[in-house]
Amino acid sequence: MSSDASSASSGDKSETSSVDIRGLSRTFDGRTVIDDLDLTIAKGEFVALLGHSGCGKSTLLRILAGLDDEISGEVIVPARRSAAFQSPRLMPWLRVWRNVVLGLPGRANRDRALATRYLAEVGIEERAGVWPKTLSGGEAQRVSLARALVREPELLLLDEPFGALDALTRVNAQRLVGELWQRHGCSILLVTHDVEEALLLADRVLVMDAGGIAHEVTVDLPRPRALGSPEFVSLRSRLLGWLGVHDASASETPLERISS
Amino acid sequence: MSVKEYAAPGAVPPKPTAQAAAPPDTRLTIRPARRARRIPRLPRAVRRAIGPVGLLVAWYLGSVTGVLPENVLASPVDVVRQAIELTSSGELPRAIAASGRRAATGFVIGAAIALALSLTAGLFRLGEDVVDASMGMFRAIPWVGLIPLFIVWFGIDETPKIALVALGVTYPLYFNIYGGIRSADSQLVEAARMLGLGRIALIRYVILPSALPGALVGLRYALSTAWLALVFGEQINADAGIGYLMSNAEQYFRTDVIVLCLAVYAILGLLCDFVVRLLSKRLLSWRASFDGDGA
Ligand SMILES: Nc1ncnc2c1ncn2[C@@H]1O[C@H](COP(=O)(O)OP(=O)(O)OP(=O)(O)O)[C@@H](O)[C@H]1O
Ligand SMILES: [Mg+2]
Repeated sequence: MSSDASSASSGDKSETSSVDIRGLSRTFDGRTVIDDLDLTIAKGEFVALLGHSGCGKSTLLRILAGLDDEISGEVIVPARRSAAFQSPRLMPWLRVWRNVVLGLPGRANRDRALATRYLAEVGIEERAGVWPKTLSGGEAQRVSLARALVREPELLLLDEPFGALDALTRVNAQRLVGELWQRHGCSILLVTHDVEEALLLADRVLVMDAGGIAHEVTVDLPRPRALGSPEFVSLRSRLLGWLGVHDASASETPLERISS
Repeated sequence: MSVKEYAAPGAVPPKPTAQAAAPPDTRLTIRPARRARRIPRLPRAVRRAIGPVGLLVAWYLGSVTGVLPENVLASPVDVVRQAIELTSSGELPRAIAASGRRAATGFVIGAAIALALSLTAGLFRLGEDVVDASMGMFRAIPWVGLIPLFIVWFGIDETPKIALVALGVTYPLYFNIYGGIRSADSQLVEAARMLGLGRIALIRYVILPSALPGALVGLRYALSTAWLALVFGEQINADAGIGYLMSNAEQYFRTDVIVLCLAVYAILGLLCDFVVRLLSKRLLSWRASFDGDGA
């Protein structure tokens, strides 16, 4: 993790920004997936990242998480950061609460009270003592969120965390993430395929294409946001247009183009 | 969500199509599982006992009707009589103790070797290159075939027997633990790294637990191989133990004693298996596993 905050060279920005990426590239066997990408995320900002399947969103997230360092370019991220992925990735052999505090330094990794406090935040403290295999998909995903939050991250990386959830559970999980973000004040980078989800939650929505940030839009709508408001609808069709999907009414482009 | 069409009675049947394997008006009734309605079922343990007990009864009947002559296979009654006799004379308990000591010593040595090798190969790339290739090569040698060599090396007393057991135990344990370590889910490993687990913690909380199911399977194999190796080993000039009892009986055509010794081997093996199964149940309670149908 050579890219941690200590190596900040652009000192002028480091007070206000949480993530600074300059000229980032990542190549897999000669195929450039991320190409000279620049991105800044402010402290406490909620950024959503959209893009076609395979355009490199997860790759970017893994780099920010410190899981992939075969990169070129400069990446500055907070030392305290955590992630939740599309699958909850809980250790099946540890009770739910042990999963939450796993990896915390010192005695904290046996602190059941601490784990329960964060499980309560995501609304499943009563499941603290069970095996992960007995959780539903939505519950497991919430445990995964609690596990990310217990580290009190300055940057929270979310890779399609609601991707596998049904529509109803998804709505609740989205609301939960919105609340948690407001309570904890961390920066969030949320990768999603869902344009509406991005617009409901984020301060800023990025569209990734051709290895870089191709488009971005600031969402200046008051929270909580309503799906039906005219501003929302116009933003949505703008984003869909960038993603190569025209609104159903005037569609000439086949819808499959956004499918994953 | 699909709309079904049912053929009206007497209607012209629709033209057969490619997927017309079942006529379009065929419907299925999904019935509740049969077990829900069955009259009081036998407990699982009793059902499991039916097979073995049935075989015993068949054996007994074979003996009393003379289908199985005494010099081919003694009747179960004789075997039981022998068991009581040899137990009260102290001969059988002494033999079991001697064999058990051999098996246990060999097992502990073999398990220690297997553990050390599999951890080395599983956790270090260098270890993998050095150890795993060699283990693959040695495995090609049938371990029973090493008996003559062991006699040359270790003589004919306890050592070759213990060495044979140790050898038989090493392979199944090694390959299962090593495989288990290598099958650790890369996504979990990644999550653990993201959570800030260091190398030791990663091994302790992720790698070893994911190797556990494999290790326990290996343990079951290893224990059954241990007894098998013991049987072979005790053919080598034994002066104590079950094998000794057996080779004595062989000289006098005492099939009752031979069968008794085989039964003792079997019971000891089953006992070990039972213990490992119990252990697995406790250690793997976190795992969603298939229990068999209609349990
Ligand atoms: N370890 C790897 N080795 C080789 N190629 C890889 C590797 N990881 C990712 N890629 C390639 O990089 C590209 C981007 O992958 P990535 O997982 O970042 O896509 P994504 O934008 O997250 O897609 P999705 O929306 O489907 O999750 C893909 O074409 C993929 O094949
Ligand atoms: Mg992805």
